[in-house]
Amino acid sequence: MPLTLRINGRFVAVEAHADTPLLWVLRDELGLTGAKFGCGMGLCGACVVHVDGQPVRACVTPVSAVQSRPITTVENISADRVGRAVQDAWLAVGVPQCGYCQAGQIMSAVALLRQTPQPSDDQIDDAMTGNICRCGTYPRIRAAIHRAAQHLRETP
Amino acid sequence: MSARHDAGQGSSGLTRRAVLQGVAAVGGLVLCLHESGRIAHAGVAPPKYGVDAEPGGAVENPLIFVAIHPDDSVTITVARPEMGQGIRTSLALVVADELDAEWERVRVVQAPGDQARYGNQDTDGSRSMRHFFQPMRRVGAAARMMLESAAAAHWGVPVSEVQAERQRVSRRGGEPSLTYGELAEAAIRESVPAPDRVKLKHPGQFRYIGKLSTRAIDGADIVSGRARYGIDTRLDGMLYAVVARPAVLGGKLVHYDARAALAVPGVVRVVEIASHPQPPRSYPLGGVAVLAHNTWAAIKGREALTIQWHDGPNAKFDSQQFQAVLEQAVRHPATVVRDDGDALTALRGAGTRLEAEYYLPFLAHASMEPPAATARIVDGHCEVWAPVQDPQGVRDLITGLLGMKESDVTVNVTLLGGAFGRKSLGDFAGEAAVLSKAMGGTPVKVMWTREDDIRHDYYQAVAMERLEARLGADGLPVAWLHRSASPTEDATFVAGAEGEDDGEYGMGMINVPFQIPNIRLEIPKVPAYTRIGWFRSVYNIAHGFAIQSFIDELAHAAGRDPRDYLLALLGPSRRVDPRTLSDQWNYGESPMRYPLDTGRWRAVIERATREAGWGRTLPKGRGLGLAATYSFMSYAAAVVEAEVDSAGRITVPRVDIAFDCGPQVNPDRVRAQLEGACIMGLTLAKYGSITFKGGRVQQSNFDDYALLRLPEAPREIHVHVLESSFDVPLGGVGEPGLPPIAPALANAIFAATGRRIRRLPLGEKLA
Ligand code: FES
Ligand code: FES
Repeated sequence: MPLTLRINGRFVAVEAHADTPLLWVLRDELGLTGAKFGCGMGLCGACVVHVDGQPVRACVTPVSAVQSRPITTVENISADRVGRAVQDAWLAVGVPQCGYCQAGQIMSAVALLRQTPQPSDDQIDDAMTGNICRCGTYPRIRAAIHRAAQHLRETP
Repeated sequence: MSARHDAGQGSSGLTRRAVLQGVAAVGGLVLCLHESGRIAHAGVAPPKYGVDAEPGGAVENPLIFVAIHPDDSVTITVARPEMGQGIRTSLALVVADELDAEWERVRVVQAPGDQARYGNQDTDGSRSMRHFFQPMRRVGAAARMMLESAAAAHWGVPVSEVQAERQRVSRRGGEPSLTYGELAEAAIRESVPAPDRVKLKHPGQFRYIGKLSTRAIDGADIVSGRARYGIDTRLDGMLYAVVARPAVLGGKLVHYDARAALAVPGVVRVVEIASHPQPPRSYPLGGVAVLAHNTWAAIKGREALTIQWHDGPNAKFDSQQFQAVLEQAVRHPATVVRDDGDALTALRGAGTRLEAEYYLPFLAHASMEPPAATARIVDGHCEVWAPVQDPQGVRDLITGLLGMKESDVTVNVTLLGGAFGRKSLGDFAGEAAVLSKAMGGTPVKVMWTREDDIRHDYYQAVAMERLEARLGADGLPVAWLHRSASPTEDATFVAGAEGEDDGEYGMGMINVPFQIPNIRLEIPKVPAYTRIGWFRSVYNIAHGFAIQSFIDELAHAAGRDPRDYLLALLGPSRRVDPRTLSDQWNYGESPMRYPLDTGRWRAVIERATREAGWGRTLPKGRGLGLAATYSFMSYAAAVVEAEVDSAGRITVPRVDIAFDCGPQVNPDRVRAQLEGACIMGLTLAKYGSITFKGGRVQQSNFDDYALLRLPEAPREIHVHVLESSFDVPLGGVGEPGLPPIAPALANAIFAATGRRIRRLPLGEKLA
């Protein structure tokens, strides 16, 4: 069916079946390959994007459910102050190893910092538990979130 | 200078796996490599070690690796695949340093699979930096010398009058300097200096090598979603394929009905993929592929297939029953691979005698990017894009599968979204090539779902390790017997191969340098019923777990501190020729250049325990555990602090890792690898288990094959890398951090609770 999506501030028309997960529409139809496939079952967070500013697992979200709601993918996260702070912190701390999970990690971290600008370690645990990193970058993800939070606090 | 990418000439086709197959497996060239030492004694040929013994060796021609453009940008070609170890940054910075390039101007190009042109590309065994540090230094330095020669010719002065620095060549006496970009064209015409004439920097002059702050080449692309992995390839007119494969290794397709699949909107065609006779090698497993206009339609189409399989001879394989087979195997005499003194007699004497059996299940790699590959065939040329560790091996595979000439196959290497050994074998890339051919050359991307990945891996082998020892009057062992029963990876390539080969028991079992007069090591022959592969640090995992746990058990039995006991076992600092430990393999490295250095092993133990506050008083339910292993020419010691609550739940608040890999080229990535190894080690200790029933893998996704998540990661991981001079040969980095983690955790749990862990995984909590 023809659908209109609102992605990264633009309206785009796509043809997809209503039950197609958003992830495959982004990746296969629109060429937005930043969101990754890791499990297809909502278990790993590799596919996290924002819908209405909230982190959503695109692999288990039918595309018909997000019609005309604002969707943000990692490709456009630098348009946002928190997004830029997170990206900068990620690079400064040297978080990525293979990098495959990091788009999802960043999207979850940005959502956390918008909600909770100065998260505690426990709050980071809660917000990031859905994002698996097989390379084991967790200690640096934690450090980078604190760093981004500090940067946002110090540069209003 | 140029960086042209054309298809190269043939390569020997010999891979590390062939080398690892060892004396038990295949003949000819492999035997020559293994027995090169002996042949050398007979005066036939000098033994080859390190990169010289690898297919393709090292290529040191700067014209192949360095391109300098008129705008002063520099392109460095990296031939080893990037899978998270940071090699695209690390090899490039080595070239850039000796070239005296500005890092901000450096761009990296990934070489396609072509070992004749680029040298060895088979990225495993923690070898990239070990083997290519010096060659890539010479590449950069040779290019710099050519630029200097061109400048000297331009000014008509001897080359001793000019000097390159920071992408400019200047003349003593102050003429205006010339940029590399201005000199590049003339420099190409200078002759390439011979390797022994290349002048390298003194380590004190390094600008990037050994420094902490080098920008990661792919970092900005990764955090913005621009980085391209195997799964991200998109070509015009591309079809997406998802494949139904036989659930049991060696299973065959009997019949399939594609009507319902073809009725799924978006599905274009259903194609059978031929299976191959066993052994499995890196061939596609065979089965039925659904090709569609998008991934989702292909997945839905596969669900709609009706398939009848013939399961074949592995259909009875049950990993639980196999445990009993392994137990019997380690309880009976087997092939002796090392025999110092008379351990069997010495074990029978008076005094404390201990025996223990340790079990480690099969593991799946579960890289976050599942296997995926894209292929197309245009005008008789097959081009592939794939996340593969061994691009030349994949090229050879596809050349064979399609019946093409090697020069008609190009394998482009994307970023690898994790690999850990899985992507050493390119069965998935073979599927893409075969399917493109079946579709008349149309581009086809093969996507593996997570279920496909977990069920069709090349698994880390299950292992049963039995150790026996008798303690002397001083509490130290007088006799040591170790039997290691584990299917061999050779079986993936040689039908019927049984038991670890010399490269496999060479990983941390045979080369124990302990101060024990009677040592006997035996390898039972046990079969493989599934595809066995390499998993980060490979057989070191089981050997390290068993040996380091057993030493802890011996220490407690002797009433001694585990650290002091381990140090006593290692004995005084000395360099041990691995051949005196019956280790002929030594990771393919020269026994003279890479002796086993007990002093370095002791030093990491002392450092880790000191940093961790070994011996400090801990609250009830907490304990410290130590383990230290030597693998891939590097020394690693871990102290894990574990807490076990009254419900048996295990947490790890802190880990200290001390590491000696010789000199560090990219210190931040060394630390990252150790942090990652720590998480992976805790993951396998807590959760890692693949089981089989009816020949089928019982796990499928992250719900039943769990990986450690962020809240479970230690809040504190302290990595202490020992400083080393650049005179010391480099050790490996990617793998050697892993083996000590699980035994250090098990030893910590013992310290916390008195419960001895001899079987992995632990699970969420102690049963
Ligand atoms: S791919 Fe969506 S949660 Fe794993
Ligand atoms: S960086 Fe590789 S999976 Fe997270």
